[in-house]
Amino acid sequence: MNTLQKSNLTEDILSSFPLAKFGEANDSRKQAVIDLKSLGLPSNKTEEYRFTPITKHLEKNISWENRISWSDLNSIDNFLIPGLDANVLVFINGSYSEKFSKIISPKEQLEITTLGSAFLSKDVFLNQHFNTLVNSENDSFASLNTAFWQEGLYLKIPDTTRVEKPVFLLHINDASQEQIIAHTRLLISIGVASEFTLIEKFDSVGSNPIFHTFTEEIIVKDNASLEYYKIQNDKGTSQVCNTAIHQADSSKVNAYTLTMAGQIIRNNFNIAIDGKNCESHFNGLYILNGNTIADNHTVVDHKQPNSYSNELYKGIMDDNSKGVFNGKIYVRPQAQKTNAFQSNRNILVSDTATIDTKPQLEIWADDVKCSHGCTTGQLDEEALFYLQSRGISKQSAQAMLLYAFAADVIEPMKNEQVKGYFDTLISERLQKNF
Amino acid sequence: MLSIKNLQAKIEDKEILKGINLQINAGEVHAIMGPNGSGKSTLASVLAGREEYEVTGGEVTFMGKNLMELDPEVRAREGIFMAFQYPVEIPGVSTINFMKTALNQIRVHRGQQPMDAVAFLGLMKEKMKLVEIDQSLLSRSLNEGFSGGEKKRNEIFQMAMLEPKLAILDETDSGLDIDALRIVANGVNKLRSQNNATIVVTHYQRLLDYIVPDFVHVLYKGRIVKSGTKELALELEAKGYDWIKNEVAVA
Repeated sequence: MNTLQKSNLTEDILSSFPLAKFGEANDSRKQAVIDLKSLGLPSNKTEEYRFTPITKHLEKNISWENRISWSDLNSIDNFLIPGLDANVLVFINGSYSEKFSKIISPKEQLEITTLGSAFLSKDVFLNQHFNTLVNSENDSFASLNTAFWQEGLYLKIPDTTRVEKPVFLLHINDASQEQIIAHTRLLISIGVASEFTLIEKFDSVGSNPIFHTFTEEIIVKDNASLEYYKIQNDKGTSQVCNTAIHQADSSKVNAYTLTMAGQIIRNNFNIAIDGKNCESHFNGLYILNGNTIADNHTVVDHKQPNSYSNELYKGIMDDNSKGVFNGKIYVRPQAQKTNAFQSNRNILVSDTATIDTKPQLEIWADDVKCSHGCTTGQLDEEALFYLQSRGISKQSAQAMLLYAFAADVIEPMKNEQVKGYFDTLISERLQKNF
Repeated sequence: MLSIKNLQAKIEDKEILKGINLQINAGEVHAIMGPNGSGKSTLASVLAGREEYEVTGGEVTFMGKNLMELDPEVRAREGIFMAFQYPVEIPGVSTINFMKTALNQIRVHRGQQPMDAVAFLGLMKEKMKLVEIDQSLLSRSLNEGFSGGEKKRNEIFQMAMLEPKLAILDETDSGLDIDALRIVANGVNKLRSQNNATIVVTHYQRLLDYIVPDFVHVLYKGRIVKSGTKELALELEAKGYDWIKNEVAVA
């Protein structure tokens, strides 16, 4: 990684935290500080952040001297998903809020502890796995999060357990008084042959700047399955999400990332397929307008033979928005008989919207099936005319075509409430009001 | 109903229509025939409002309105329907869904209440019979993976749903086997009435055995060079287009 920006900003950030209470995970925090010092923050010369000027955005908008973070929020009702019956775990300004959270699953299905107390009780699994999946030594924002996470949760699903109610993780940053810098952390272990659904949503109140880093490590054990949904639809947020998923033998992951609003959003979504006969489907949809920048960097790393991965990311960019997609597929030498597919399709609605897309396949095994494709274009004029020639207004025809393009991504979703919610958000954004 | 006077149109820099004159009244079926490249499909496209074509002269009035000033969707709402020669495939948009939107936007334009789901389904079932089309086909993505015959039947189904005043069938017979042709023609015939009119654009006489025209016009090099009754189509079939070409050359 290029280190041009090792300058003042990194120093400012590091010196803003000396008084932070390093209660737990001190070794990994200290190491992360060292990593961050040596990495610096990414500049426009840093390959992995070439198109996404987060550092500039931070320099311009965030002050590192003032770290007050308090909130007098009295209700979270506006941020819930209608009809969703779930365990609601709420983070306010990066810290877990027991007051707003509501746990409905029995302890036998779902163990929830704060990371802090799990470290204090010297949980063996935690000590073995924490910070092992995420790439703190290579990514500045992952190391920033590892160094300074304020609070986090450790979710443990025992073996052979179907967690009936999903977990809905709601991050609210309250910037009504002051700017917010928040670092949240999550570790999840899904037991052998267990089933779990995770839904994440990010919101804010107030108009002061927000910078949020969120790092999650999810371990999916043998025969287990994970259904994962992420909704980023908050205008005020600037965010770096690091999601690292580890799959063991015969496990399944279906993941959906919906990005619709934000100042600058970066998702590092990494799946390590470290087992045989695994299946991973990961879909992304970014529908952007205004000046939003949304960058999805994905990695699927096939480390074992006979697994299948399928990635579908689609984007619709309007106004001055900017989409970035980078999809890496690694197939290691021992991962024979791998099937890995990737597709990235984009529609630019305005002349000033942009997309930078880059598929990156690195294949060391010889007996594999891999394909990738990416397209970027405008709406199909012929299809538009066809619909208009039936009496449909141009605006409706456009909405209809864009909606059809987008809906494809959410079609396989299993959770009906979340799917319905996604569908509503997409319809509203695309003005499909018929 | 439709009056075309000295209509001229070009695409890019190529002049295609060089002065078309045509008068169509309610209750009439007009066939437009002509060799390839004579401007038949261009005429259909210009009437439907395709933007690639630039109208450089002449005028077209439809039900007393200047047609060329209307957007394609407004023409459709006013009662013009074009069955496409090559219907587009639109992934993710089903015929049922987009027809419901189309029908209701047309109804609102005409000052009618939008149709509710039950009434719409009833209407749809009735019209499906007309072109012998299956509902499962209409629930699928528009024309995606449809055979040639299914695509054309879908066009006529849409026409039946929207009940246009003027239907323009652009080479509806192309790519159809004889059974599909019969079904499509049947559908069109059942929709004919004293209140509507049809323009059948075709290269071959074959379709006119099934959809019998009142008038036949031969288009050549952007002009109507000969008009007559259905016998003209038979004569063309017998003598071929060279006959017309020679006649024009002599004149």
